[in-house]
Amino acid sequence: MTREENVYIIRGATLPDTSTTDLLVKDGIIADAGTGISNASAQVIDAEGLIALPGLVDLHTHLREPGREDAETVETGSRSAALGGFTAVHAMANSTPVADTAGVVEQVHSLGLEAGWVDVRPVGAVTVGLAGERLAELGAMASSRARVRVFSDDGICVHDPVLMRRALEYVKSFDGVIAQHAQDPRLTVGSQMNEGDVSAVLGLGGWPAVAEESIIARDVLLAKHVDSRLHVCHVSTAGSVEIIRWAKARGVKVTAEVTPHHLLLTEELVRSYDPVYKVNPPLRTSEDVTALREALADGTIDVVGTDHAPHPSEHKECEWAQAAMGMTGLETALSVVQHTMIETGMMGWKDFARVTSTTPAAIGRVETQGRPLTVGEPANITLVDPDGRWSVVPARMATKGRNSPFKGMELPGKVQAVFFGGHPTVLNGELATRRPTAQAAK
Amino acid sequence: MRHLLSTRDLSPQEAVQLLDTAEEMAAVSTREVKKLPVLRGRTVVNLFFEDSTRTRISFEAAAKRLSADVINFAAKGSSVSKGESLKDTAQTLEAMGADAVVLRHWASGAPDRLASSGWIDAPVINAGDGTHEHPTQALLDAFTMRRHWSRVAGRESIGSDLAGMRVVIVGDVLHSRVVRSNLWLLTALGATVTLVAPPTLLPVGVSQWPCEISYDLDAVLASEPDAVMMLRVQRERMEAAFFPSANEYSRRWGFTDARLARLDAAVGSDAIIMHPGPMNRGLEISSAAADSPRSTVLAQVQNGVAVRMAVLYHLLSGDRSSNPVEQQEVGQ
Repeated sequence: MTREENVYIIRGATLPDTSTTDLLVKDGIIADAGTGISNASAQVIDAEGLIALPGLVDLHTHLREPGREDAETVETGSRSAALGGFTAVHAMANSTPVADTAGVVEQVHSLGLEAGWVDVRPVGAVTVGLAGERLAELGAMASSRARVRVFSDDGICVHDPVLMRRALEYVKSFDGVIAQHAQDPRLTVGSQMNEGDVSAVLGLGGWPAVAEESIIARDVLLAKHVDSRLHVCHVSTAGSVEIIRWAKARGVKVTAEVTPHHLLLTEELVRSYDPVYKVNPPLRTSEDVTALREALADGTIDVVGTDHAPHPSEHKECEWAQAAMGMTGLETALSVVQHTMIETGMMGWKDFARVTSTTPAAIGRVETQGRPLTVGEPANITLVDPDGRWSVVPARMATKGRNSPFKGMELPGKVQAVFFGGHPTVLNGELATRRPTAQAAK
Repeated sequence: MRHLLSTRDLSPQEAVQLLDTAEEMAAVSTREVKKLPVLRGRTVVNLFFEDSTRTRISFEAAAKRLSADVINFAAKGSSVSKGESLKDTAQTLEAMGADAVVLRHWASGAPDRLASSGWIDAPVINAGDGTHEHPTQALLDAFTMRRHWSRVAGRESIGSDLAGMRVVIVGDVLHSRVVRSNLWLLTALGATVTLVAPPTLLPVGVSQWPCEISYDLDAVLASEPDAVMMLRVQRERMEAAFFPSANEYSRRWGFTDARLARLDAAVGSDAIIMHPGPMNRGLEISSAAADSPRSTVLAQVQNGVAVRMAVLYHLLSGDRSSNPVEQQEVGQ
């Protein structure tokens, strides 16, 4: 009987291409598809009116473990991810110790396997200790059990142009990608918010758009010169979009990411001085928000990455200048993207699947994720009620972080169920059970 | 008015009313007994996260002249430097009975944060926050200008505003909380403002402000303004490449002896020279200018006490419409 526990028929789901189908989930894969599927030992999930998406893949998550377990753990962060509709997350390297050795990335990887809520794919640091001085052992991390393919000093820019060039070149030997946090450090000394009309009035140190754009311009030229893959994290300005568009038109292997918060929120919120709106890169202007949405719709920006950054409350219950930068995002990402991109008519669900699953999985070289929902593919499936609406209450979230800038907003799109490698991690909108470690080892 | 965080929150009517109350308070300060009983039994906390002896003693004098008890809490060398948060410090002081918190902080927006966070119920008075605002400084500047402007016009100061007055503010606009508070308040009172600074010391976004911008101090002075306010320039700005040298700054944007002489030579100029202090003599203002009859530097300090009395009175007294001086006399 236990063998049959993970047999499910998803009845009448709408696929991203708007066709309707039943899906049989068995032995970790989509075993059958079509209408009128029956299986005596299967549990049936009524998916009438629900959209079936390939499980969401986040290229940009801070799980904080090891080192800041008071902020988040792999367990709580991956629970949060599952509830948000994710089946894979990339855990950023800025933990303590930094994920700059095979040992640390293997630790994070095995914590992810034990948790069993999503694929936890560690990101390796580009430089030792994120110090920007010498390359970390990228090859060792790539060859480790964690099979790292994405490398980033996220939180800090790889500012030295020679180091950046070498990193871009070096990761070609194992098909890796450098994910750059584009921020010129000298142009952003003491920066607190977007530099412009609002910072002028608030007297907060400015983070000018040019500090992001100048690094992206340099990096796309470097990527072109050495013919390497570059991924630009959390693009936040209209000018950055123009540079990436220019680079793509010239065949540069650049991909770009936008966060849900940069698709919805603007610097006007900083007028409250409430540090829940403090984030890096900062919230920008409404013109930037419009440009980012258009870029995501037309493919200039390839993916949505959450930059989920939980912080303990004391790091936000303070003066703006003292507060930590970052916002939670895993449990709101799907809804914010639906709100900003689908409900505005800029995208359909097929595009949604592309930017939240297919392309991020391809950039991270995660073979079992971001696959089409067809027979024989791994059963990483997220069922969403697109007509459901919910109010954001941070205290009810699975993440330890209470720093959601969407607090109190009513958003569309409720995650009803998530299958992770054929195992239901979310059912009826609530956490179900973790995938057993033994199953993951298969 | 529940808090005083920014002069942007003041309507022209509220601003005039505050200045009028300050005139009443100034009259008290000239008496033999410089004290009113209106805040007897109330406690005002001066919570200073940044050193500023002048502002602190001005608030202290203001509170004491209204018979309030004053607690001074300097966050340096206290539990705050050992990691206690603004939230815990403010809640601790309120638990000890603070009825109002006068907050000076190096971080822009700290008073807004304290006022809107729900951490405490007491009114918050911004005594200067980072590079954001310094509303009581602007009120005392406006008070000083209004006295000058009404004297020039030959009318009573009380009830009047600054309509038609042309004010020039010169110096480090980028880092100045004084200039922000002054700009919102002076324009609300009807004055026109011109900011003069090197382009490096003007914030990106300044073009949206309700004022003229100039890089040329001599051209602006030639237009015969009614008041010229020199802002303090910190020498360390030089290291951050905001300007090449103190000498060059002084030549181009300082109120030098030569500029004073030109102003004095202009026929019929009543322009006053203002400075929020402390002055860098020889950098942004020459000694001759600072000590000239046009200088209102000491009057500004004196008016600061009256203005802060008015602010404390409006925020803390239950009956905000009545005249504090009459109230006292009825009570006696």
